[in-house]
Amino acid sequence: MQSEMHGHGMENTWAFSVFCVWKDYAYICPLIPAIIMDGRVLEKLKILAESAKYDVSCASSGTSRKNRNGAIGSAAGWGICHSFAEDGRCISLLKIMLTNYCMFDCAYCINRRSNDIPRATLTVTELVDLTIEFYRRNYIEGLFLSSGVVRNADYTMERLVRVVKDLRTVHRFNGYIHLKSIPGASQELVNEAGLYADRMSVNIEIPNEKSLQLLAPEKDFQSVFQPMRYIQQGVLQSAEERKRFRHAPRFVPAGQSTQMIVGATPDSDKDILRLSSALYQRPTMKRVYYSGFIPVNAYDNRLPALKQPPLVRENRLYQADWLLRFYQFKVDEIVNDAYPDLDLEVDPKLGWALRHPEQFPVDINKADYEMLLRVPGIGVKSAKLIVVSRRYSRLGTEQLKKIGVVMKKACYFITCRELPVRTINEVSPEAVRQILTRKAGRKKVDDRQLILPFQEEP
Amino acid sequence: MTIFVYDKTFEGLLTAVFDAYSRRSFPDMLLAEGEPLPLFYDEAVTICTDDAKVDRVWKGLQKKLSATALSVITVTWLSELPQVDILLFRYIRKAIDTPRTIELNFGDPDVLEVSKIWRKVTNERLRVIQFLRFQKASDGTFFAAVKPIYNVLPLTLPHLKDRFADQCWLLYDLKRAYGYYYDCRETTEVRFEEQEAHLLSGLLSEELMDADEKLFQQMWKTYFQSIAIKERLNPKLHRQNMPARFWKYMPEKL
Repeated sequence: MQSEMHGHGMENTWAFSVFCVWKDYAYICPLIPAIIMDGRVLEKLKILAESAKYDVSCASSGTSRKNRNGAIGSAAGWGICHSFAEDGRCISLLKIMLTNYCMFDCAYCINRRSNDIPRATLTVTELVDLTIEFYRRNYIEGLFLSSGVVRNADYTMERLVRVVKDLRTVHRFNGYIHLKSIPGASQELVNEAGLYADRMSVNIEIPNEKSLQLLAPEKDFQSVFQPMRYIQQGVLQSAEERKRFRHAPRFVPAGQSTQMIVGATPDSDKDILRLSSALYQRPTMKRVYYSGFIPVNAYDNRLPALKQPPLVRENRLYQADWLLRFYQFKVDEIVNDAYPDLDLEVDPKLGWALRHPEQFPVDINKADYEMLLRVPGIGVKSAKLIVVSRRYSRLGTEQLKKIGVVMKKACYFITCRELPVRTINEVSPEAVRQILTRKAGRKKVDDRQLILPFQEEP
Repeated sequence: MTIFVYDKTFEGLLTAVFDAYSRRSFPDMLLAEGEPLPLFYDEAVTICTDDAKVDRVWKGLQKKLSATALSVITVTWLSELPQVDILLFRYIRKAIDTPRTIELNFGDPDVLEVSKIWRKVTNERLRVIQFLRFQKASDGTFFAAVKPIYNVLPLTLPHLKDRFADQCWLLYDLKRAYGYYYDCRETTEVRFEEQEAHLLSGLLSEELMDADEKLFQQMWKTYFQSIAIKERLNPKLHRQNMPARFWKYMPEKL
């Protein structure tokens, strides 16, 4: 099939009605149901996946798009991870770029204009076909589409919208669609995209405007926050309409998300988490992702040279993010001016507990759910189990262990039915910290035991 | 020691509950028909499955337990673990004997154990939904084979029917040699007399495949390999999230 044919001046020939004429990059033609997939698409897929992989978002939950009249797909309920890449990250959506040509020159991005990498562009039909066929084989939950910026923001955004519109209207696809909003795209296009997408996102990337200006001269906070505001407006507007008309269309039902790069700039965890916390205050922001900086453009000396991506710091940030979203912590309790960075040795919740020994011990059989959540070693699941089970009888350590409480940690912070063990107040926070961060050695030598060194036989 | 001998079906278990209450003696052990009896025992009672009794017990349970707890019982049964029958028997007995519902009393060892097995089975169901891979055959049917630890195929059907509503598919359990076929309207349980190659290996041979199937598998594999970030390789996490026992039937890991 002439998928790459550019059809200028062919409009009047018979070919137009029979074959698809491909204008610019793509033209949707419902006359020909399937294009022939071949090695070229395989090559493009490889290039564009390579280009898209640094986007960390993978969630496919939070929407309520049910299967409608026996068409393909459904995205109700929790998202499902269909595979896991060898770096351990979940693959739930076909994460791909429409094109990796880009006119921007952001220092941290692999697709920047000045990089010499293979470039490719998928046509709308190719991408739609790939999505549907992968979906039918249970490889994916849906599509995560993003794109480099070509010509201008609106031009790029329009092409993204064409893909999702085609999926939803022509193919009646009910799977999950996550669409990147291009920084600087107009409100009309965002509004149209929101009708077809489940989630939309704009990446902040750098948590500080000054650093952003330095690393990405074509971007500023305005160009990032404006589309965010458009999405939020659309969601609130549609919620208002749905109150009046039950069948008014939903707008981005799974809300929006964003991403920040960690370790590319000297920003502290306090700056990052304060920004996240402010974003979570907004009604539609569902997730903030943190991406440990990987020096993809090692030649650019505006960026630090790292041997290893800051994976531990990234992990600690996610833990702090969880504390914000599920454990009812305030951002200032996790990081503040006295402790601007997260402790890399212990998780942020344990860190908080060690700084606040006066809050402990917590009585498992009496404490509020909120306080149970603050005990290191007790998560959301076990806190809920404790709350329902203690109505029947007072709980003891054995039961707590079975419920799933990590007693190794929790024992310093709780009392329960049995006599209290040595809690943090008796042991002192420093000692607890030392015990809990001690590396588990191979052999434990009991120092009360007399050791007789024997000579090994030669 | 009292022993009940029954036919190892869920209905048989419920009949055993009924008979135990009517005889006022409760078993210490449940055995399948034909299993050897232990050396010492007081009494061995043979249970004959009876639909009327099953119905009465189930209706009684409906009054005692919520719909969620009832589904916990049936799902736990599907684990097919050797001691699950006596565990469920104790659970049902406790549910009947206590005035208040027991389903949230996780301080009770039986309730906790049942909820743990339930979690294992539902996790296995999720894994099957995550990692099953359809291969398109030349006749247009999508074929997927799995080898789950627990008998979870029936639990996956509502999800698959909803999601793949407009394609015919066959989901096959290699371990238990049965499957479900969906014909765009409803699912039917199927068993095959002749074990063809793909019912043993779980993979369609190339002559049975649709023309494009090989290409799509190849594309998916290529995609899978290029999406991983080389600087962050983490084989341990990879294996933990996606257990190796599923790899045999996944095109990206072949």
